Amino acid sequence: MPVAESAITRKTVERATSGQRTKDLLFRLALLFCLFVTVLFLGVLLIDVAIDGVPLISWDFLTSFPSRLNAESSGVRPALIGTLYLMVLCAAFIVPVGIAAAIYLEEYADPNRWYNRIIEVNIQNLASVPSVVYGILGLAFIVRGPIDIWGLGTGDPILLAGALTLGLLVLPVVIIVAREAIRAVPSSIREGSLALGATKWQTIWKQVLPGSIAGITTGVILALSRAIGETAPLILVGAIAFRLSDPDIGSRFSALPIAIFDAAEEPKDEFQILAAGTIVVLLAVLLIMNSVAIYLRNRYETKW
Amino acid sequence: MDSTTSDSTPETRPGVSASAGLPEVTPRTDAAQDGKVGKAIFTLREVRVSYGGIPAVENVTADLIQNEITAFIGPSGCGKSTLLRCLNRMNDLIASASVDGKVMYHDQDLYAADIDPVQVRKRIGMVFQKPNPFPKSIYENIAFGPKVLGMKGNMDEIVERALRRGALWDEVKDRLKTNAFGMSGGQQQRLCIARTIAVDPDVILMDEPCSALDPISTGAIEELMLELKEKYSIIIVTHNMQQAARVSDRTAFFNVDKLEAGKRVGKLVEFDATEKIFTAPSDSRTEQYVTGKFG
Repeated sequence: MPVAESAITRKTVERATSGQRTKDLLFRLALLFCLFVTVLFLGVLLIDVAIDGVPLISWDFLTSFPSRLNAESSGVRPALIGTLYLMVLCAAFIVPVGIAAAIYLEEYADPNRWYNRIIEVNIQNLASVPSVVYGILGLAFIVRGPIDIWGLGTGDPILLAGALTLGLLVLPVVIIVAREAIRAVPSSIREGSLALGATKWQTIWKQVLPGSIAGITTGVILALSRAIGETAPLILVGAIAFRLSDPDIGSRFSALPIAIFDAAEEPKDEFQILAAGTIVVLLAVLLIMNSVAIYLRNRYETKW
Repeated sequence: MDSTTSDSTPETRPGVSASAGLPEVTPRTDAAQDGKVGKAIFTLREVRVSYGGIPAVENVTADLIQNEITAFIGPSGCGKSTLLRCLNRMNDLIASASVDGKVMYHDQDLYAADIDPVQVRKRIGMVFQKPNPFPKSIYENIAFGPKVLGMKGNMDEIVERALRRGALWDEVKDRLKTNAFGMSGGQQQRLCIARTIAVDPDVILMDEPCSALDPISTGAIEELMLELKEKYSIIIVTHNMQQAARVSDRTAFFNVDKLEAGKRVGKLVEFDATEKIFTAPSDSRTEQYVTGKFG
């Protein structure tokens, strides 16, 4: 019997066995299946909502007040205005606070100090606290409790209280995203600025922030789109579904998720369709916001 | 400890005559009060820089002379960049870094309690190893320093003057508003030099400014340095011995001392006129290094 050829002397490349090929194929199919499941559920949900909801969309639907009696003539005006208000107020709260916190943690905090490490770990944890907990926090501390001033002493669940609660909810996310954007600015830029005799503050304000603004803006918009989709905290701070006048900062308020929740609770079919229509409006708002985020990122991102 | 470094004081060092036959320089009117040429701009006495208590470079005693180009050479890890960065207090950015000994700039102790590092860096600029233009237009890159320092005057003129002195004006005058990231590496580095000049410092520290550049760009920057020393004092760290020999008036050779337990610390071995360092060094380690026996 001839001695078996060693791998080194053999001149041909070994063929893949059929077993290996099958494994490869199965693995790919498994990956594809997982993707399919995800997309399928999302797709079915969206199509179902769109079939029910899209025919409802009209200028009248957007600008009419809701009605408990007549679903056909019901609209989302106060809820839409409430959501837009919440978005703007929430942004006014989270942008300065979130960026300032991120600047402190990235540029000033000494990571070797125990208290800074505790803050850091807790911000990560806060980002994963359920929104209903923030709702209770908002109810206890903002609507009532120590910061009762939002109700101007009346303890009323006003729009500003809702915006602040949503702001607290997404602040950790804003801080984390802003920190990442700030960290992406190379230290050579900071050194270059400091070496010219710029102060630390000038360096942060004129080099680091402009260099990270695209990332921060994107993060803020994505955080806002999470905020305006939240229902639980708003229910807890006392948002209402049926409001028959336009809200303002100091009034009780409605919001799109609340309107959806309320309509979906009604047993009648017309209200289910009303819920679908309201979902379409909310999704449209979210889609617009995310598109703006993507556009801003592509347009203003600094390539280091 | 090293004995070859401790005998040079401003009094005993024969100032200009030691500068290897190079043309005499005119002292800046705002600096050399006593009118003497060859005044020390930095007086270092037993300087030691440590990170987290572990010395990186120690026992540095030297006088760096005004309007000269001083080169720091030596093998990797000898602490030459570390020492350079403590001359404009860039080491302050590293929390664990500490400096012992005396670092005198003119007659001021740079590490005295009442010295603000920001004010130090206004007088002592720095050019880094990797060109680090800001992600802004060429114009904005130059104008940034004068703006944050609140310099008076026509900004267009300040920018043009800095770019001219940085030997960059003719190449970029038609695209001042374009992003500096679009320039070549050599242009970016000259922009960084021009940016430093724009704030009108006294000293320019250069940390291996040509190590990321091709030979032609390197030549352009060396030429620029020789022009700039008329007005500024330049201290350059370089890995390139030819570069040190070509541009510098004086050269400091640093070496790594291997201590027990694998610890290493940088030491200043020899500091003298460049010509002497490269032709007749007094320390055998210097000779071995400059002749390429190690490093």
